[in-house]
Amino acid sequence: MTEGNQIITQDVNVLNEPGKNGALMSIKDLKVYFELRRFGFGHAGYVRAVDDVTFDVKHGEAIAVVGESGCGKSSLMKTILGLYRPTEGKVVFEGKDLGKMDARVIKWYRTQVGYVQQDPYGALPPFMNVQKILSEPLIIGGVRDKVQRDERINKVMTDVKMTPVSDFINKFPHMLSGGQQQRMVIARAMIMEPKFLVADEPVSMLDASVRVEILKLLRNLQERYHFSVIYITHDLSTVRYFSERVFVMYAGKIIEKARIADLLRNPLHPYADALLAATSEPDAKNATTYKDVPPGEPPSLVNPPSGCRFHPRCPKIIKGLCEVQEPPDFNPEPEHTVLCWLYK
Amino acid sequence: MVDKELLRVEQLKLYFRTTQGVVQAVDGVDFNLDYNRAVVIVGESGCGKTSLARAILRLLPRNVDTYSGHIYLDGNDVMAYDDEEFRQNVRWIKMSLVPQAAMNALNPVMRVGDQVAEPAMIHLGVKADEAMSMARKMFQNVGVAADFLFRYPFELSGGMRQRAALAMALVTSPILIVLDEPTSALDLLTQANIMNVLKRIKHEFETSYILITHDVATSSELADEVAVMYAGQIVEVGDTPRFFPNPLHPYSKKLMNSVPRLHGDKEPEFIIGQPPSLISPPTGCRFAARCPSRFEKCDEDPPTFTLDGRKVKCWLYA
Repeated sequence: MTEGNQIITQDVNVLNEPGKNGALMSIKDLKVYFELRRFGFGHAGYVRAVDDVTFDVKHGEAIAVVGESGCGKSSLMKTILGLYRPTEGKVVFEGKDLGKMDARVIKWYRTQVGYVQQDPYGALPPFMNVQKILSEPLIIGGVRDKVQRDERINKVMTDVKMTPVSDFINKFPHMLSGGQQQRMVIARAMIMEPKFLVADEPVSMLDASVRVEILKLLRNLQERYHFSVIYITHDLSTVRYFSERVFVMYAGKIIEKARIADLLRNPLHPYADALLAATSEPDAKNATTYKDVPPGEPPSLVNPPSGCRFHPRCPKIIKGLCEVQEPPDFNPEPEHTVLCWLYK
Repeated sequence: MVDKELLRVEQLKLYFRTTQGVVQAVDGVDFNLDYNRAVVIVGESGCGKTSLARAILRLLPRNVDTYSGHIYLDGNDVMAYDDEEFRQNVRWIKMSLVPQAAMNALNPVMRVGDQVAEPAMIHLGVKADEAMSMARKMFQNVGVAADFLFRYPFELSGGMRQRAALAMALVTSPILIVLDEPTSALDLLTQANIMNVLKRIKHEFETSYILITHDVATSSELADEVAVMYAGQIVEVGDTPRFFPNPLHPYSKKLMNSVPRLHGDKEPEFIIGQPPSLISPPTGCRFAARCPSRFEKCDEDPPTFTLDGRKVKCWLYA
């Protein structure tokens, strides 16, 4: 479009090429399929939970992955955590391919990635006190010295603002409030000083007033310790306070990648547009209008629709193209890619 | 029927006995609701929102300590009814409930259609096949295909189960529906869809709603009025066009500031501190300990002040 556009477009190419631009993790053509079996042994197809996903995570960057339940965002996350093996494609962390790691390297890898679970109460073992919950990763991670362990526990508890530490250290999870439990989960994820944090809907179970507090805490920690974060959520309104880039996922594919401000200003994919339109803001006028919601529900990942996976629900469908051919990545704006034929 | 009072709640109290003492979950709540209006009750978890819903519908657990006050529905004091009268004349006839996490509240071993038809058979006394055709009609109203009547809950998606629970609350055509967190467990698009359905039903059937939620942003889709609840009490009641841009009570202000927004530059804030225990709540204003604008007066319990038709329980407006 403009000259300025072209200059930055080159940056996008660098950005999209795994391994360059100081990427901490690069994911290339990742597919995660789960085999369905009939009567325990007959093959009955695959659930294509993640299908051809490519992106890079830079050092110290926060990325939000937005999508509805069943779109594959949890499978993507679990593959990144090394809990699922990629069916095809690569997940490369600091030059090491996750699919080829042996048990020892996996153990090292797990000290490098932290995991913040969705439901803090479910994620904390009810029969362990705070001291024990935080010691265990250290013991497994090879910190043998008790004094050193206590020092690190003290530090991480101060980091998540659970002070004075002595008030909390002997408490069990049920004695903590929801916000405090979530701080504990963050402390546990951070105690090995990971380079990478995966946060799976870290605030969706919390009260509205505590949500912002936890997100700000995570953001501050990230700025202080420069780790990268993947923040998985379905709530678009919290994304802008937390991340630089946002990926929109639909039916196993990342359909739009953009800087958060660009997505909010100008969502390109009709699905991203619908998500934004469906997000409410407190305004009395809302009660007098109906929301424009695409019909139907997300497709089954066993037999996804041909062509573009959103075409059966899309208001802007181009007949004869969208249902036939899968759209490639288009790049109509700098650092803004979209999987949609509208932008060819 | 507009501007006619449907529900008036006066000094409603619901206390529970626990091993630690008496929990004052709902402590002297007053509010009213006109025909074909929706009031949303917002507050943090543990502020007594759900207990208020249960108190209005008299769905009480066994450890009730105190249950008092007045609930006037259509001019009749339903608190004076005994349990059987209440069941026969009020519950599901006049008002019904969509419970919290309604999608998981369905009976897993009963077909959805039978569950939706059941209230009609019990409360309206209609025959099974007539109830079934009512259920079929309700399914149409909430936007679920009629062949889902014969499926079991596990065969339905979350959004469809939520709609089925809504159909169950609607099947007896009550004038008031209490919705307890109707969309909190749902996806964004499904949530917007359900809100559309609720709006349409309000329009077509002239139903009134009491919507209980902690999600202020989504609640604005339906609400005509907002009641803010804090530590068992309602601290502010106001109409949405004035409440959303300009809440009065310091707690409402904080609550509105904590809502993340899609647009605009305002950073969301959070409320420092914890709500007080409901076992021994503070004697003065219950928000005083967390309030940025507290002064000496706040040690006394504030009465409810009225300002241009808005009600606020705060000394600042004395």
